[in-house]
Amino acid sequence: MGGYGLYVWGAYGVTLVLLGGEVIMLLKRKRDLKKRATSPQLETRSTIRETL
Amino acid sequence: MSQKTINWYKYAAPANFYPLAGKMIPWFTAITVILFAAGLYVGFFVAPTWGGDQKESYHIIFIHVPAAWMGMFLYVLMAIYAGIGWAFNARLASMMATAISTTGAIFTFISLVTGSLWGRPAWGVWWVWDARMTSTLILLFLYIGFISLQSSIDDPRRADRTGAVLALVGLINVPIIYFSVQWWNTLHQGATITAKGYRMVPSQLAAMLLLLAACWMYSIAVVLARVRYIIREREREAPWLSAETVSQTRPSVKLKLEL
Repeated sequence: MGGYGLYVWGAYGVTLVLLGGEVIMLLKRKRDLKKRATSPQLETRSTIRETL
Repeated sequence: MSQKTINWYKYAAPANFYPLAGKMIPWFTAITVILFAAGLYVGFFVAPTWGGDQKESYHIIFIHVPAAWMGMFLYVLMAIYAGIGWAFNARLASMMATAISTTGAIFTFISLVTGSLWGRPAWGVWWVWDARMTSTLILLFLYIGFISLQSSIDDPRRADRTGAVLALVGLINVPIIYFSVQWWNTLHQGATITAKGYRMVPSQLAAMLLLLAACWMYSIAVVLARVRYIIREREREAPWLSAETVSQTRPSVKLKLEL
């Protein structure tokens, strides 16, 4: 990368981490919803989780 | 000749939109993967390195510009959905606005970080308070404000209305970001692509547009997934989701609704 590797890979790395992180958060939310569907005591959740 | 029309209003109801969104997600995910692979291939192996003083760091542009555009596009879309939800009392539109906000904030953050990583080798600074960068930072704060405001209000419909006011007022920032490089003397360079043409090699433009399309498809896939979860959370008392209630009281009954 002609001495610019840190900047180029840094930019693509940050993008990968953030977009990948968003997908992981969504999969986690899916799992939580499935859990909640089978155990009613998990019904109450904070609203911030619902927005994210 | 018979004319078959599609009743689009049908999909304004969460009960009808929910299964449709579920069917669309795998398609958009597949297209996202293909477009990201194609865009990265063209960007790293086909497009030439920019001459002059920018050299290999030019690769950052291929992701920086699409992320910055997505930040703005998604804000406009979020404000439109929030406005429709507020004006017509349409629940699904408000849920869409909420679903878009997180993805929009992420793309805006990516544009700021990648812009900083571009600025250090190109201009010698990580950050400068010029009009383009400052207005983009304000866009990130608007997203964070929208998310925080909605999260702080317990009643979802009240949260939707309050969020809509913020989203619509903040809309004024989008043209300011876009025209900032023309209105003020900024360190940030002017538009690479204008109505008159573009200042890039065609293969560089192809890489950027492929990654832009990939970011669009990605956004659609994650927003559809998130809106489905929001529907499940907000409409859990609705009769069409009653299968869930049955499964809670009788665990032996298989949950028919797929998440």
